[in-house]
Amino acid sequence: MTEQALRLDGNAAAGLLREVFVHELTDARGACAGCGAVGAMGAQHLYMSPRSPGAVLRCSACESVLMVVVHAGGRFRLGLQGLMWLEMRDAAART
Amino acid sequence: MAGTALQRRLIWRTAEVQDLVDETPRVRSLVLEVPDWPGHVPGQHVDVRLTAEDGYQAQRSYSIASSPTGERVTLTVERLEDGEVSPYLAAELRVGDRLELRGPVGGYFVWDVSLGGPLLLVAGGSGICPLMAMLRLRHAAGSAVPTRLLYSSRSLEDVIYRDELDRMAADGTGLEVIHTLTRSVPQAWAGLHRRIDAAMLSAAAWPPADQPLSFICGPTPLVESAAESLVHLGHEPTRIKTERFGPTGG
Repeated sequence: MTEQALRLDGNAAAGLLREVFVHELTDARGACAGCGAVGAMGAQHLYMSPRSPGAVLRCSACESVLMVVVHAGGRFRLGLQGLMWLEMRDAAART
Repeated sequence: MAGTALQRRLIWRTAEVQDLVDETPRVRSLVLEVPDWPGHVPGQHVDVRLTAEDGYQAQRSYSIASSPTGERVTLTVERLEDGEVSPYLAAELRVGDRLELRGPVGGYFVWDVSLGGPLLLVAGGSGICPLMAMLRLRHAAGSAVPTRLLYSSRSLEDVIYRDELDRMAADGTGLEVIHTLTRSVPQAWAGLHRRIDAAMLSAAAWPPADQPLSFICGPTPLVESAAESLVHLGHEPTRIKTERFGPTGG
């Protein structure tokens, strides 16, 4: 199977990410530590299959790994070395 | 994003099947009653979890196809022959059965009337589902946001929501529906008969100067080529939102 056929959007990890973060993460913006591109997490490339224990989010501009989430053995492990920063909307704040 | 703002922790809810609607030979809509449903925004999805008697669990994401203005939540499921979850949902499930779901989730591939338009919606197959939630809300809210839907199906029989789309396109609020069929066409078919391509998008898309908002949903190759074509046509990349289907989503 080609890499393209396996590629999803960050949107598809919304449920998994909500298990880890309090806020909705797909409309959170982040900066890629590899190339500096800034974008919404929902717009990044996601590699996740139903039987896998986690997901890999890659930069849609340079394909560097932004985030790895693994859920196995009763734990969540997050790898965040590919993000310089992550900014999310405070759902409780009045705008 | 009213309705989702105060939902903090994602919990599994038990939904009850109220109705089943056969949309096409391979696609069925599940109309669900979900207790304490917090409301949703068109484009959001839910995770559905099935548990076998031996405890084995399988989980999939499905876009919500209904308007948030209704009481019930509709999911539209395409039966994939080698799927683990969709054959059960699209063929075995009966009215009165219960399923576990959580959501709504997703805050990126979403449209609310307040986001305006003009809107370009591009769908391949069951990629129509989240876009249908947008169209149903637009209709229910009496919105006149200029909207075009470019919708690719294999054949006329495979067009999901065909009658409802025809009715909405005839209501005079400025919705235009353009069908293209990729495999078989009826004898008298005067419409498009090929995959979505750059020429088709160029004809369907709003001028970039109108700052349109585009939502593309379908199989990954369709989504990527359509998004690329819109960028080449001069559309602002951040106003093109995509939702790709995986190969293992069934």
